Amino acid sequence: MSTDFSKQPGSATASSNGVAVHAVDLYRCYGEGDTAVNALRGVSLDVLTGHLTAVMGPSGSGKSTLMHILAGLDKPTSGSVEIDGTEITTLDDTALTRLRRKHVGFIFQFFNLLPMLTARENIVLPLEIAGEKVDPDWFNEVVTKVRLSKRLTHRPAELSGGQQQRVAIARALITRPTVLFADEPTGNLDSRTGGEILDLLHDSVETLGQTIVMVTHDARVATIADRVLFLGDGEIVKELPETTPEEIQKAIQEIGRK
Amino acid sequence: MIRITLRGLLTRKLRSFLTAIAIVLGVCMISGTYVLTDTINHSFDSLYQQIYKGTDANITGRSVVSNDYSGTGITPSFSESVLAKVRAVKDVKAASGGVGSASCSIVGKNGKVVSTGGAPNLGYSIDPSIPELNTVTLVSGSWPKKNEVVIDQGAANKTGYMAGDMIGILVNGPVRKMRLSGIIKFGESNSILGATLAGFDLATAQQLFDRQGKLDAIQAVAKPGVSPEKLVQELRHALPKDLTVRTGQQEASKASSDTSKQISAFQYFLLAFAGIALFVGSFVIINTLSITVAQRTREFATLRTLGGSRLQILGSVMVEAIVIGIAASICGLVLGFGLAIGLMRLFEKLGLELPKNAMVIEPRTVIVSLVVGVVVTLIASIWPALRAVRVPPIAAVREGAVLPPSFFHAYRTPGSLALVAMGFGALLSGLFVHGLGTGLTLVLLGAGALLIFIGVAIVAARVVKPIARAVSPIGTFAVILLSTLIWPFSFLLWLFSLAIGRRKEFPDFWPFVLLLWLIRSARGKKPRLSSLIPDRAMNRLALANSGRSPERTASSAAALMIGCALVTLVAVLSASLIGSFKGAVDSIFTGNYALTPVNSSSTTGIPIASSKAVAKVPGVEAISSVRTGFARVFGKNSMVTAVDGQPSKVFRLKWKTGSESTLDSLGATGAVVSDAFAKSHHLNLQSPLKVVTPAGKSLNLKVAGIFKPPTGGSAFADVTFSAKTFDANFQDPANMYTLLNMRGGTSEANSRALDKALKGFPNAQAQTRKEFADAQIASLNPILMVLYVLLAFSVLISFVGIVVMLVLTVYERTRELGMLRAIGITQRQTRRMIRHESVITALIGGAMGIALGIVFGALLVSRIPFVSFTLPVGELFLFAILAVIIGIAAAVLPARRAARLNVLEALQYE
Repeated sequence: MSTDFSKQPGSATASSNGVAVHAVDLYRCYGEGDTAVNALRGVSLDVLTGHLTAVMGPSGSGKSTLMHILAGLDKPTSGSVEIDGTEITTLDDTALTRLRRKHVGFIFQFFNLLPMLTARENIVLPLEIAGEKVDPDWFNEVVTKVRLSKRLTHRPAELSGGQQQRVAIARALITRPTVLFADEPTGNLDSRTGGEILDLLHDSVETLGQTIVMVTHDARVATIADRVLFLGDGEIVKELPETTPEEIQKAIQEIGRK
Repeated sequence: MIRITLRGLLTRKLRSFLTAIAIVLGVCMISGTYVLTDTINHSFDSLYQQIYKGTDANITGRSVVSNDYSGTGITPSFSESVLAKVRAVKDVKAASGGVGSASCSIVGKNGKVVSTGGAPNLGYSIDPSIPELNTVTLVSGSWPKKNEVVIDQGAANKTGYMAGDMIGILVNGPVRKMRLSGIIKFGESNSILGATLAGFDLATAQQLFDRQGKLDAIQAVAKPGVSPEKLVQELRHALPKDLTVRTGQQEASKASSDTSKQISAFQYFLLAFAGIALFVGSFVIINTLSITVAQRTREFATLRTLGGSRLQILGSVMVEAIVIGIAASICGLVLGFGLAIGLMRLFEKLGLELPKNAMVIEPRTVIVSLVVGVVVTLIASIWPALRAVRVPPIAAVREGAVLPPSFFHAYRTPGSLALVAMGFGALLSGLFVHGLGTGLTLVLLGAGALLIFIGVAIVAARVVKPIARAVSPIGTFAVILLSTLIWPFSFLLWLFSLAIGRRKEFPDFWPFVLLLWLIRSARGKKPRLSSLIPDRAMNRLALANSGRSPERTASSAAALMIGCALVTLVAVLSASLIGSFKGAVDSIFTGNYALTPVNSSSTTGIPIASSKAVAKVPGVEAISSVRTGFARVFGKNSMVTAVDGQPSKVFRLKWKTGSESTLDSLGATGAVVSDAFAKSHHLNLQSPLKVVTPAGKSLNLKVAGIFKPPTGGSAFADVTFSAKTFDANFQDPANMYTLLNMRGGTSEANSRALDKALKGFPNAQAQTRKEFADAQIASLNPILMVLYVLLAFSVLISFVGIVVMLVLTVYERTRELGMLRAIGITQRQTRRMIRHESVITALIGGAMGIALGIVFGALLVSRIPFVSFTLPVGELFLFAILAVIIGIAAAVLPARRAARLNVLEALQYE
């Protein structure tokens, strides 16, 4: 591979989009001395507003580390990350938390719902935490989108895996975050339910203009992503715009062979 | 298997440590109690051994009133002529007679009586001529001659007196000035267990103690080769039958057993509190192990799939408990030694010097402490262990596996309600069934309370949610109130943290929030305070969290409930006693001044001469004194009282027959008796009544009046007669108190006049009616303090219980906390959430405890005659606030751990 994709992030896509996350030259090193592991080695990228950006790569390629750093959950050893124009790598814990509250949404592999709260309470939790009022129109729109209108009084234990993940998506959408990070959102679901979740995420991008960054192993993501980045050994080794599952399979095999 | 268990214990260091604390404190109380009481017992034993070391035979008067209360003046004195008879006995080598008094005070240079706590002020005759019988040694100066005195080194140190000084000695009359001829030591000790010693020659002592021609005791030494037993035999033959002759050994062990009876009562009292602490501790253990077992469901299931048997699982949980139990018991045992040493140092500081003996550690102390600690831990671990056994192997492969419901789950509520019912049954029968005997009554009360606590703790899991909802806003406002109160302090702390470069978060804005609310309400806008509270979301989450495992919350709360219930019980009892007593003082005493002992714990009263001196003060219109003594009435040892002067002018009673003026004219044989006493002995007006004095003399009295004692206690015992009759027949009569009426009521001038008249009586004081009532109540305060301190141990253990629960909960909810932090709760919000859950738990415990305490208190008060129920609203409010503070404090460590979790690691935690 001769092309350095990291040098021209997203340049091929629609230029009307703004930049939600701007990352430059990210390094992340774990440990010290001989045992030091470089999880990220100079990654730069722009996440464009209104895009679904997928990050793929084999285990240990640094894709989770990248996402954690972009989301402000981890700090890079060097490099900078801006979310909505704010440099986040220098913020203290409280400021960073407040930034996440406003600008970042999360979807996790294991849903991470609070078991003692109903679906409705789980969904509005981020607003409650921030002490903000719930906009009923937006709430209804989100709930309708995730098809949970009839399940709002149920607790997570009374919901199926797919329904739980839809609650988690609604919880992430409710604050209209600048960027939504999804960490293996289909990883804990069967294939059909996983497909539904991917469709739902795609729909959020299409109809709500939600910016999404998704780390996944699921090749079906190709059909919904605006852009797929491939990480290998802490670097972006390949980028595919609007691609197909077959191309992704091929790309993964290529990276694996390297 | 055991190795796995032990390794598990090490990896769960913090929780093992915290669990152990629950047992350590209880065991520490047990071992501390034993060491302390054994040491004190031993001190007294060796003291008496020393006193009677050279005595082969000891002769005293024989009392017909047995020495239940170990009061003084009960053993009657006898004629001096006995001494000659003793000396005339063939095998007597030497004999010495003496007199003594337990109310012979030394007056310091400041004019005040030297005293320490409740220790007596001893005075006695010293006979240095027979070295075998002399237990004291001269430190400086010389032995006392006529009208001279020697005092102990301890008192000399306190007063600064030196041999040759003129010092004041107070017995029954005004202060007598005497020359201090020397300073003495008792064996190696400067003084005897805090008592003051004053020694005189026999004639002076006899005159001082009003024993002219009489002796209190004779000590005899046998000729060489004659055994003490033989000497006693000979003496018994030679002496009148109304004298008691014992060997020195017998006398020493009798004295020892008298004191050790009191000490063992004290020991049981302390052990009861250790028991309560261990009971609370067992709740903490059950809860901790239950949570641990629930968290290790996967681990147990995996062990089962790998071929571990149910028995091995059971064993692994029990071994964990045993290891914790043993380690905790050993720590508790050793800490108990420290506790005992600390208390002895404290006694020494307070002037109660114990003889310089080593700490006494009986094998029993070690065995009981260890066995009880380990057994309690083991019993507490059975329940969690049985639950662990029920984990099926399949749970190993399930995500989020939970413990299967316990076998008894279905019977939980009815079973626990049955326990509560049984508990109340035992409690009520203990309280209201007559003739059970003290032992059985105490067992019934204890078992009843125990069953109720256990039952309520189990059933509480069912009602945790509604109670939590009810107390949550109380907790919120209490926290706002408290953090507002300490805001200036938090602000200073923040400034300080800036100064040392470790930036803390700015303290919460509560004062400003409250101010804003006040301003808005002043403008008539009436905003709801709750609308101003930021972070209601965190409180709501905390509330929801508290209901997630109701058993856990209930169990932690129940541990606190026990301490709270007992503290409330004490508060209710004391409030009821004080309330009733105040009522009684108001209704009984119509005088406006009282003369009382300066040392409120004094059992010997004040000289009768003091009231005679005061009676001469111009303006005194009426005066009456009350004396007390012990006598045999209807075959039982009873307290009797006597009055002099004009009681009708200063006392007011309700009468069945007779009136106040009956008291004025009792004459030589008249007596008034209480209503209840009259009923139980079928006494009517003019019924004959025989009172036998300690010396064995029968007083034939006649009932002249029957009174009804008011609620709050009577000023008089069941039988009251004239002071004239009393003084003629009882040894060492003294006033317990004197009441008087002065012209012009209480005034500066009157108080001054009384103080002046009492100048010669430093152990007596004049109090106004109000001071008198307050002082009587104040004497309750030290007892209250002791009870509260002892119960504080239990509360401390339940505090640790809440900490452990929260630590384990935080650990269990790690991933969830990671998620919450990721979606935007700050560290401070995390802390608030944990803190509120803690406050809710503590308030649940506090609320249940206060409620139970009120019920217990009401039941107990209804059983005590003369006392009516009073609710101590202020104290209960304070206890609720204390519960909140306990909640806040318990959350500090777990909340910090939760807030400092690394978000990423927490999210990936399994």
